[in-house]
Amino acid sequence: MNFSQIFTSSIGKKIVMGVTGIFLVSFLMVHAGINACMFANDGGDLFNRAAHFMGSNWLIRTMEIILFAGLLAHIFQGLALTLDHKTHRPVKYAVNPGNETSKWYSRSMGLLGTLLLMFLIIHLYHFWTPSRLGGSFGVQPLAEKWVSSGEMVHDLYAEMQEEFSELWVVIVYVLAMGSLAYHLLHGFQSAFRTLGLSHKKYTPTIEKLGVAFSILVPALFAAMPVYIYLFHKN
Amino acid sequence: MEHQNLNLTLKVWRQKNASDAGHFETYPVSGISTEMSFLEMMDVLNEKLIAEKKEPIAFDHDCREGICGMCSMHINGRAHGPWKGTTTCQLHMRAFNDGDTITVEPWRASAFPVLKDLVVDRSSFDRIQRAGGYVSVNTGNAKDANNIPVAKENADLAFAAAACIGCGACVAACKNASAMLFVSAKVSQYALLPQGQPERTTRALNMVAQMDKEGFGSCTNTGACEAECPKEISVMNIARLNREFMNAGFMSNEG
Ligand code: HEM
Ligand code: SF4
Ligand code: FES
Repeated sequence: MNFSQIFTSSIGKKIVMGVTGIFLVSFLMVHAGINACMFANDGGDLFNRAAHFMGSNWLIRTMEIILFAGLLAHIFQGLALTLDHKTHRPVKYAVNPGNETSKWYSRSMGLLGTLLLMFLIIHLYHFWTPSRLGGSFGVQPLAEKWVSSGEMVHDLYAEMQEEFSELWVVIVYVLAMGSLAYHLLHGFQSAFRTLGLSHKKYTPTIEKLGVAFSILVPALFAAMPVYIYLFHKN
Repeated sequence: MEHQNLNLTLKVWRQKNASDAGHFETYPVSGISTEMSFLEMMDVLNEKLIAEKKEPIAFDHDCREGICGMCSMHINGRAHGPWKGTTTCQLHMRAFNDGDTITVEPWRASAFPVLKDLVVDRSSFDRIQRAGGYVSVNTGNAKDANNIPVAKENADLAFAAAACIGCGACVAACKNASAMLFVSAKVSQYALLPQGQPERTTRALNMVAQMDKEGFGSCTNTGACEAECPKEISVMNIARLNREFMNAGFMSNEG
């Protein structure tokens, strides 16, 4: 096996999933932290400043490019694996064990990932497109607003109020966070196993952390559209 | 549990040869003692089929004591049936109730083609084993058994991995038909021992390459293999295989 074959071997493909998966998890932490500024109840001032920092800091903008590359690698490898997995058992069993030998969400990573992908497209269209491409390619630019730091910044908070005043959007976001929760409930601990990190000393801790992360982070995200819809919609 | 005689309905996969499409056949069996093993029940059915001048059901078996790994049967959706940590030959009919319908299928995986009825060809496992599942030894007189010291912890882990009987239940149970539990057990048993060090890196690379070539899927860590393994091989071994593979691929001079 030569060096490039390492990455195309069955284990190598999973290493790509594990590395990009952990990277996406670290992104979620930052994303959740920044977005939680919206709960400050200050008309979006703190949130708009945080979003402005994320959009103007060169280090963050570089990470954004790496994030897109990692996300694309995760999506393509994930879909390729999901399709490949279906080819190794051409004749199916008449009777299947169901949930007796494994968890349904562990067996449904491809489906949960596809739901996440559909959500991501909607989500990027709602916020990333107007904030990064607004003003060019015929995309409506975001409104601007003075914030307490004395700068004129994009009013992403108002954009959020606009999107989350529609009930169906709120429902789609909440359901998508359900998919994320289950994707992570399997994915968080699986990524460590894939990368060879499994030991009786720390695996129980990773598993507990994984469960906590998979519940708390998607719940925090889901609370955002609900909060706007209930208390601050247009 | 009190002894009982069972009347059962068996739905068994019948397939003439590797190219036949195959189908299920239904057989009523009666007077099955709860003390019989599953294979003895199959023997009773086959005796009956022979007496009726019908073709008996082909199935693999050898030791009938849970150590050879031949008795591959997918019973009611479970590899080796409903009991944990048991092969089909060690499964007893007291696991079932009077009047049950039992569906019996062969292992399903493109790397384990069906030869006839419930018999599959597991020689793909032998080829993976030949690719690296061995150690080099010097010729000449046999050495003293405890010549090379081995840490107790490692000896125990290696022994637990070496319990793998190559039955293929892990592949049969996996939604991806992945052979990772089997390969990880074989790689681990040597990686943990001093005797396994000379071929440590080539072993991990070559056995994984052969596993991929044979057409087994990759691992999603669902854990179905561990749940169905009759020798209760731990998925910790899969993480060790990943480690061995990364060490060999990224750190060693191999490849
Ligand atoms: C922010 C979003 C996402 C995060 C945080 C995330 C995280 C993860 C993690 C940690 C894993 C475990 C990797 C492993 O088992 O080694 C994983 C697996 C997987 N992800 Fe994602 N993921 C995300 C989005 C997606 C998307 C959009 C897809 C699209 C198709 C996807 C498809 C998959 C698949 C199929 C697997 C399982 C691969 C396998 O084990 O066979 N994921 N993900
Ligand atoms: S790992 Fe377990 S299930 Fe797989 S071949 Fe070995 S003994 Fe059988
Ligand atoms: S016949 Fe040997 S393990 Fe069952």
